[in-house]
Amino acid sequence: MADITQGNQTQGAQASRARMADENPVKRFFRATEIDTRLLGMVGALVIIWLGFQVMTGGLFLTPRNLWNLTVQTSSVAVMATGMVLIIVTRNIDLSVGSVLGFCGMTMGVLQAQVLPQYLGLGHPAIWAITLACGIAVGAAIGGLQGSIVAFLNVPAFIVTLGGLLVWRGATWFVTSGQTVAPMDATFRLMGGGTEGSIGATASWIVGALACIAIVGAILNSRKQRKRFGFPLRPVWAEYFLAILGCVLVLGAVFVANHYYWPTNIARKYADANGIAWPDGGLQISHGIAIPVLIAVAVGIVMTFIATRLRFGRYVFALGGNPEAAELAGIKTRWVTVKIFTLMGVLCAIAAAISTARLNAATNAQGELDELYTIAAAVIGGTSLAGGVGTIAGAMIGALVMQSLQSGMVLLGIDSPFQRIVVGVVLVVAVWLDTVYRARAK
Amino acid sequence: MKDQRTPLVEMKNISISFGGIHAVDNASVDLYPGEVVALLGHNGAGKSTLIKILSGAYRRDAGEILINGEAADINNPRDAKKYGIETIYQTLAVADNVDAAANLYLGRELRTPWGTLDDVAMEAKAREVMGRLNPNFQRFKEPVKALSGGQRQSVAIARAILFNARILIMDEPTAALGPQETAQVGELIKQLKREGIGIFLISHDIHDVFDLADRVSVMKNGQVVGHARTEDVTKDEVLGMIIMGKVPAKAIPGPGAMQMA
Repeated sequence: MADITQGNQTQGAQASRARMADENPVKRFFRATEIDTRLLGMVGALVIIWLGFQVMTGGLFLTPRNLWNLTVQTSSVAVMATGMVLIIVTRNIDLSVGSVLGFCGMTMGVLQAQVLPQYLGLGHPAIWAITLACGIAVGAAIGGLQGSIVAFLNVPAFIVTLGGLLVWRGATWFVTSGQTVAPMDATFRLMGGGTEGSIGATASWIVGALACIAIVGAILNSRKQRKRFGFPLRPVWAEYFLAILGCVLVLGAVFVANHYYWPTNIARKYADANGIAWPDGGLQISHGIAIPVLIAVAVGIVMTFIATRLRFGRYVFALGGNPEAAELAGIKTRWVTVKIFTLMGVLCAIAAAISTARLNAATNAQGELDELYTIAAAVIGGTSLAGGVGTIAGAMIGALVMQSLQSGMVLLGIDSPFQRIVVGVVLVVAVWLDTVYRARAK
Repeated sequence: MKDQRTPLVEMKNISISFGGIHAVDNASVDLYPGEVVALLGHNGAGKSTLIKILSGAYRRDAGEILINGEAADINNPRDAKKYGIETIYQTLAVADNVDAAANLYLGRELRTPWGTLDDVAMEAKAREVMGRLNPNFQRFKEPVKALSGGQRQSVAIARAILFNARILIMDEPTAALGPQETAQVGELIKQLKREGIGIFLISHDIHDVFDLADRVSVMKNGQVVGHARTEDVTKDEVLGMIIMGKVPAKAIPGPGAMQMA
């Protein structure tokens, strides 16, 4: 097949039509729907992992409860992985994200638990917003500083962020002399999920419906745009297929989230507090989508938009593909680098908000080893360390793969040292498989 | 003998050195509208360095650049583009991992009123320009990495002419191409010339450019050996300039000319 494709390369449209006719139905299907086969392979791997754990745990893995927890646990690393994609695409690396998460988390913890209550009073409704804004500002400043050192002082990112790994972890300790800060502000805590931090059944269905409308709208819009300029269109059946697939996935996720009900004791407390009579079968209140998951999905959408629809994203990929060409094309490559690291800092702060809110405490060990999980998620998600290649969605699925492995092994009762061994081996095998895939795709 | 019009480009007494080595030493070249000037010399003669000063990739140590008779301040590639100077580099400076349209507009993307990339409009324009240059070209959706040398070259050329360049610099434009593609590039150069664009062709191989050029400027060891109209000299005489620095009678000698005993 490889020879045939190469032979046809130069002969333009005619040959490409001929090539379409030559293809078997599977290939034609992928060409028509423009589904990224790499991404599909990863989703396939995820499904295999899920089914494997489902069998091994005797049906404990694919339950609404476990899937719901899995997505909540993934959100913090998933948020950071979206930024790590851009960093790695430009041939840099960021080893400091775990420590930056720790420092931002500690800053936000001290701010909301010790500083702000003095001025605003405990439980003031603005505390969470001020805290989050300050945390993001701190993250952006740290990222901007590291990015500037990389871009303007020409110190390799590996070294700058290796230094950052130590510096910000040390700074985290320094803030409270190593003490844990708790509890967090009640509103802030919603960002961590839990029964309170979920949006309930009705709101989840509304979010799902809006997402379906957005999917259909995006497909219609892209078709209209391509028609306007007379470009080749996808076959109509492919458009329908994509729209239906997207909607089914979204609504399926909402369905699962809505089938995870509040624990009995919390539901009973809620019933008592609101004067609801306790029914015989127990009160079934849906969790719905967790707020941290919503945050992660929103971050994923925004980052995908930045990476594919904005000039900045285009520059990031051009810079990763050929730094010299980008420079000669008049791109301010240094500023692009600073912006990428700043963005990474902001994402670390958001991840820090999620993880401190979830833990209901800021500790000085928060985010330890997260840099490695984040890099692993990006790389498993198809980001090439050679630069120039990577997708946000892939990295987020990569984060889900990593978390699925861990959470499945916890369910199986595997010892923690052995968990790390498995995660390490999977990372290497995944990247090796990807290398094989890429070599064959050429 | 001297042209009375204002030159499009005049580079006067340009010098640049890297770590004590004079890569370009007191070199002067000029270019008129609708003219093709071939800049010839061995590898390492300083021709690429000289032209990279014009395109903003390097900053000169001394000398001045006049565009249309006015002093131009060129410190980076963006400045050069403001003066209508477009460069096609020997290394085909394209970003391999993005598609043709993205490369054509790299650094000058079209945007929608909301500030997002207008990919559809860019692809439409790319199809139009590429259709003029290379009608066989169909692979707009694939990363440039997947294209052949000639196709990549047409992307690089399309990028230069897309923005109404007045001055085009082509560094070894046909080095990576087959005979048919070389002929295509030759046709293209003639077409651009008719549109009044001034073109610098840089090459170490005189056969590539002699028939296309109106004038030649020869460099050796960082200095200009001399200038000549192609109608006044033979290929052998130009070869003598390149190899030995020997200036024929009808050429204008420069600072790098071999001192006659």
